[in-house]
Amino acid sequence: MGMTITPVRLHYMHTASPGESFYLRGLAERRLLGQRCGVCGQVYVPPRGTCPADGVPTHEEVELAETGTVTTFCVVNVGYPGQKVTPPYVAAQILLDGADIAFGHLVLGCDPGEVRMGMRVKAVWAEEGISHFEPNGEADAPYETYERFM
Amino acid sequence: MKQQAAVLGVGQTRHRSKRTDVSMAGLCREAADRAVADAGLTLADIDAVVVGKAPDLFEGVMMPELYLADALGAVGKPVLRVHTAGSVGGATGNVAASLVQAGVHGRVLALAFEKQSESNAMWALSIAPPFSIPVVAGAGGYFAPHIRAYIRRSGAPSHIGALVAVKDRRNGALNPYAHLQQGDITLEKVQASPMLWDPVRYDETCPSSDGACAVVIGDAAAAAAAPGPVAWIRATSMRSEPTMFAGKDHVNPAAGRECVAALWRQAGITDPINQIDVAEIYVPFSWYEPMWLENLGFAAAGEGWRLTEAGETAIGGKIPVNPSGGVLSSNPIGASGLLRFAESALQVMGKAGDHQVPGARVALGHAYGGGSQFFSMWVVASTPG
Amino acid sequence: MTSDVAVVGFAQSPVAVRDDATTSGVEMLVPTIAEAFGACGLTKSDIGFWCSGSSDYLAGRAFSFVSAVDAIGAVPPTMESHVEMDGAWALYEAWVKVLTGDADIALAYGFGKSSGAELRRVMALQLDPYLVAPLWPDSVSVAALQARLGLEAGRWTEKDMAEVAARSRAAAASNPAAQVSGPVSAADLLARPYVAEPLRAHDCAPVGDGAAVVIIASAARARDLCERPAWITGFAHRIDSGALGARDLLSVPSAAGALASAGSGVPVEVAELHAPFTHQDILLREAMGLGDDVTVSPSGGALCGNPMFAAGLARIGSAAQAVMSGRAGRALGHATSGPALQQNLVCVLSGESS
Repeated sequence: MGMTITPVRLHYMHTASPGESFYLRGLAERRLLGQRCGVCGQVYVPPRGTCPADGVPTHEEVELAETGTVTTFCVVNVGYPGQKVTPPYVAAQILLDGADIAFGHLVLGCDPGEVRMGMRVKAVWAEEGISHFEPNGEADAPYETYERFM
Repeated sequence: MKQQAAVLGVGQTRHRSKRTDVSMAGLCREAADRAVADAGLTLADIDAVVVGKAPDLFEGVMMPELYLADALGAVGKPVLRVHTAGSVGGATGNVAASLVQAGVHGRVLALAFEKQSESNAMWALSIAPPFSIPVVAGAGGYFAPHIRAYIRRSGAPSHIGALVAVKDRRNGALNPYAHLQQGDITLEKVQASPMLWDPVRYDETCPSSDGACAVVIGDAAAAAAAPGPVAWIRATSMRSEPTMFAGKDHVNPAAGRECVAALWRQAGITDPINQIDVAEIYVPFSWYEPMWLENLGFAAAGEGWRLTEAGETAIGGKIPVNPSGGVLSSNPIGASGLLRFAESALQVMGKAGDHQVPGARVALGHAYGGGSQFFSMWVVASTPG
Repeated sequence: MTSDVAVVGFAQSPVAVRDDATTSGVEMLVPTIAEAFGACGLTKSDIGFWCSGSSDYLAGRAFSFVSAVDAIGAVPPTMESHVEMDGAWALYEAWVKVLTGDADIALAYGFGKSSGAELRRVMALQLDPYLVAPLWPDSVSVAALQARLGLEAGRWTEKDMAEVAARSRAAAASNPAAQVSGPVSAADLLARPYVAEPLRAHDCAPVGDGAAVVIIASAARARDLCERPAWITGFAHRIDSGALGARDLLSVPSAAGALASAGSGVPVEVAELHAPFTHQDILLREAMGLGDDVTVSPSGGALCGNPMFAAGLARIGSAAQAVMSGRAGRALGHATSGPALQQNLVCVLSGESS
């Protein structure tokens, strides 16, 4: 038996949610916007429109700083179709100052081997929003300040 | 209210990177035929089928139970298809067990599969919708940062992951169905293998396999009629939490802890390490062995790696983990969870051949999926209890 | 089958093409779940088991159902599962869970954003991947094959089909969730062009987005939550062959078999049928032996609103509503899956627990 490839081409119209839209409009103005849940009080960035812990819509807008802490990360050495950055590169969890949850983004602008847990980083802006984060030169955040966010 | 249920028979395929000798239907039928034969039955004796599989986008088949109905002898019968991400194989076993425990059916076939050679899992796992950040690089890229966090939190020495890989691959060599059978693998070889998502190396990562697993579950009457030993399902448990939420512990997830707490309660287990004879748990990246040992209560938080380091998770140790070779040796994604459940059953049925843990009477089957958020587990035993 | 479990609540979002809804379903689910809770006086912590039905291929993403879990507030962790099928089968899994005693109150939800996908083409992927799907037999064309077989066998006429559409739209006028409704004559409908001969636009369910939620409870709790629970006296499903040429497309043995298993002893007054094509309404009535004394799809049915992966669940919910409101003593909800009515599910509901 042989193998044959049958292409499957489908088009989808993607719609950004109200929470995502709010965030994306902020990015267009080079602002980092999050939302605080009215029930648990936690600040989500990117905002999701609904608090996943409570299942309620989130409304309160919070503006966050462009700086944050790398809570954890890995160095990606693997290639795959559709990849935007050439390996090796750092995929990290970044806790923005003022946020209660880290989110995934890239850390570039330094050797991947230099990246460490607790490293302080700042956003680097591009046309479509944040292109990546890079070290901002501050001393590393102490482990105790971010350990509960991992 | 809840009826007794038991595993009557188990079947699986020889897992390989490419099964070019069978279609998806053929792959599933191979496992199904073996399971019903193991149970001393035919497909005609099956009342209902529960199919489990990872995302449809992998193989490009939407709702494959529709296409598989004929091959599984299910025409004219009830068929359900569950999909709970990586834990799906476990969910398949649990849903099939529920059908018997609820008294709805007498004999149910649970079947889970993945034909990865006919899919592009890496692509399907990395699809980034518009406006999203193109960061995730497959499952490894998702879990590696959390592994790093575990290492930091526990202070575990850096070779622990490699020890797990050596054990699981050597166990795989004792399992005629395992995809990877590396009886002569060494710590040095693992530590020299390429770093894929630092800190996770190539030899510490699950393979991509074509495979299927099937389990026949029956009620007490069916168990009494079975020609050989059965595995009594003493407890089942499922818990979910969101992928991401403020306060989530990605290293030791609450959903896993609560799932196993409910499981141990149901099964009357108060001292897991001494009361469970063998554990088949879902370890796709080697470091998840010590992480799950802690999450499951076999070790205190931060201490799981000591069991691995001391050799206690090998066959013959205090808590043998993955004597089948585990997900590190065979990973047909949709089937991997059911393989854990099936292997736990084989152990207490005394049918695990060269990878049998001698005298195993009570075993744990465990699966997880998504962003460490979906957990399915069961406890099986050689007696009804 | 004993009637230990009852439907105590049902809510659905208005079916429409929604610019404000995403494929994760969260925007449609949050208010619908809230509505269902409100009517029963429940909160998320009362739900012992959640089960959802949805499709990755409809959403265009693997693991799309995972985002929907945001809508249920699964902190602390909850017992939850998912079927990649219409929410009607999620309800079935939930019913089984309540029967085991592992949960007293369960919630099933289904959702789909069909307007984001090329629905007809996506559904072609349900067919044999080696020999059939590569020909891209889209769902409307497959239904049209079945409709033509019936026409040529003298089982129905195009006028009969148009009358199903006209009747459905008239009935849907009383359903605030319906996407299309209102008075129209079969003659007017027949004057319109074919979309896939012999099917015209009115013969096919509209493309719309929506979500549905059904809450069930064990006998111990049902009467606290609802004045007149709709007791599930039978719940069964069956599947026929996936090979279109291997079965008689003009009979629906899986629907007849599911109804026989669910118990057709005492006749139902209302039958909500999940028939996305007009000729399938006729086929299902015949297969299930529903005579003129049965009110079929008083909600307007799927022809007036077909949120994929929620429509079957909404039929069960609508049938339950007929019982809970006292309009009917016995009702059935039907759901279908797969091409040309391949798989069918029946849920029989009664105002009396037996």
